[in-house]
Amino acid sequence: MLEIKGLTKKYGQNVIFKDLDLTLNNGEVLSVIGPSGIGKTTLIKIMTGLETANSGQVFIDGEEFGIGDGRLNAKIGIIFQDFNLFPNYTVLDNITLAPVNVNKLSKKAAKQEAIELLDTLGMKDKEILYPYQLSGGQKQRVAIARALAMHPNIIAYDEPTSGLDEHSTRQVAAVIKQLKSSGVTQLVITHDQYFAELISDRIFDFAQEVQR
Amino acid sequence: MKYLMEILPGILTGLQSTLGVFFITLLGSIPLGILVSVGMKSPYFTIRWLINGYIWIMRGTPLLLQLIFIYYGLSMIGINFPRFEAAVLAFVVNYAAYLAEIFRGGLQSIPKGQYDAAKVLGFSRSQTFFKIVLPQVIKIIMPSFGNEVINLVKDTSLVYVIGLGDILRAGSIAASRDVTLIPYLVVGILYLIMTAAVTVSLRRSEKRLSIWR
Repeated sequence: MLEIKGLTKKYGQNVIFKDLDLTLNNGEVLSVIGPSGIGKTTLIKIMTGLETANSGQVFIDGEEFGIGDGRLNAKIGIIFQDFNLFPNYTVLDNITLAPVNVNKLSKKAAKQEAIELLDTLGMKDKEILYPYQLSGGQKQRVAIARALAMHPNIIAYDEPTSGLDEHSTRQVAAVIKQLKSSGVTQLVITHDQYFAELISDRIFDFAQEVQR
Repeated sequence: MKYLMEILPGILTGLQSTLGVFFITLLGSIPLGILVSVGMKSPYFTIRWLINGYIWIMRGTPLLLQLIFIYYGLSMIGINFPRFEAAVLAFVVNYAAYLAEIFRGGLQSIPKGQYDAAKVLGFSRSQTFFKIVLPQVIKIIMPSFGNEVINLVKDTSLVYVIGLGDILRAGSIAASRDVTLIPYLVVGILYLIMTAAVTVSLRRSEKRLSIWR
């Protein structure tokens, strides 16, 4: 479970959001919607430790997670808007690199899990390809597999439908639902109301429900 | 032909120094250059200031002059290096400065998203650098790095100024003794062979790196 309490982020005098409260229950899919430039991505970056906040608290499964500098967090996996796959590694190595080097999993076990993940995501036999050989939708699924391989408590997506055609959008909706049915807690940042309604249990409207 | 056989042993002895300076410089200047390029992004002003000063001096003065200062200059204040060591030291610090600038360019072209992805996955800073950033930097800088290596082959001839017997010195001794240009011709051909070997191996590594984009 993710709990955000009284989170405030400012850039100088410019208040991005203040006293933000948000709860995400286990197994739930929550969409955070709102127009671009409103601070949704900033929120996800604070949750994953890529940015700092000015005040507030973030709890993951009851455990407080700092909002200051220099913390590492593999508890929230993130699917970046442009995926940020490592171009110098194959699909398989993109997925196994962190389990092997960070979690010290054996190469064999990591590989087996990666193959299974790719299988469930409909990416069978793609493990030997390099990122540049994949379509946008395929890159996204590799990014999802890469995040899942670290067994995060929550998976967060930053604008998962941007840059995808209708077909790939339907596919990512299917993947989110599939992961939900296997109990993965998911947070989706999107500007696409229709997509949000399609996939989520709950929608948090960043434009209406946030103070500035 | 007979004359060639006469001058070859001398020139080949010179080749040992040339190749020695070449390989040791490569081995030394690459890690030093990486270190310097990372240091340029240091949060400490003093470190950045020192590194910029070092690069300014190394790129702003002729390598010939640096050789003279390291060999003759340092011996005046009591630091004595044998010729070969002095040559290698001058070349390593000089080439590291140039390579550092090349690495810096490569480092700058790695998107921030790569660091973000690595951080979220839990990689340490050194894992991020060595496993994710450095391989991408190497690919980016390969062509300009190759240029420097070719330059290095020819720059080794500058060691004559401190009396180290490289192939050019061996050639010019034979040329002035026998009043002929043939030794220079032989030396020129040897340089061409060396740069050809460098070119081929660089092309090979570029090809190996082209499996990903």
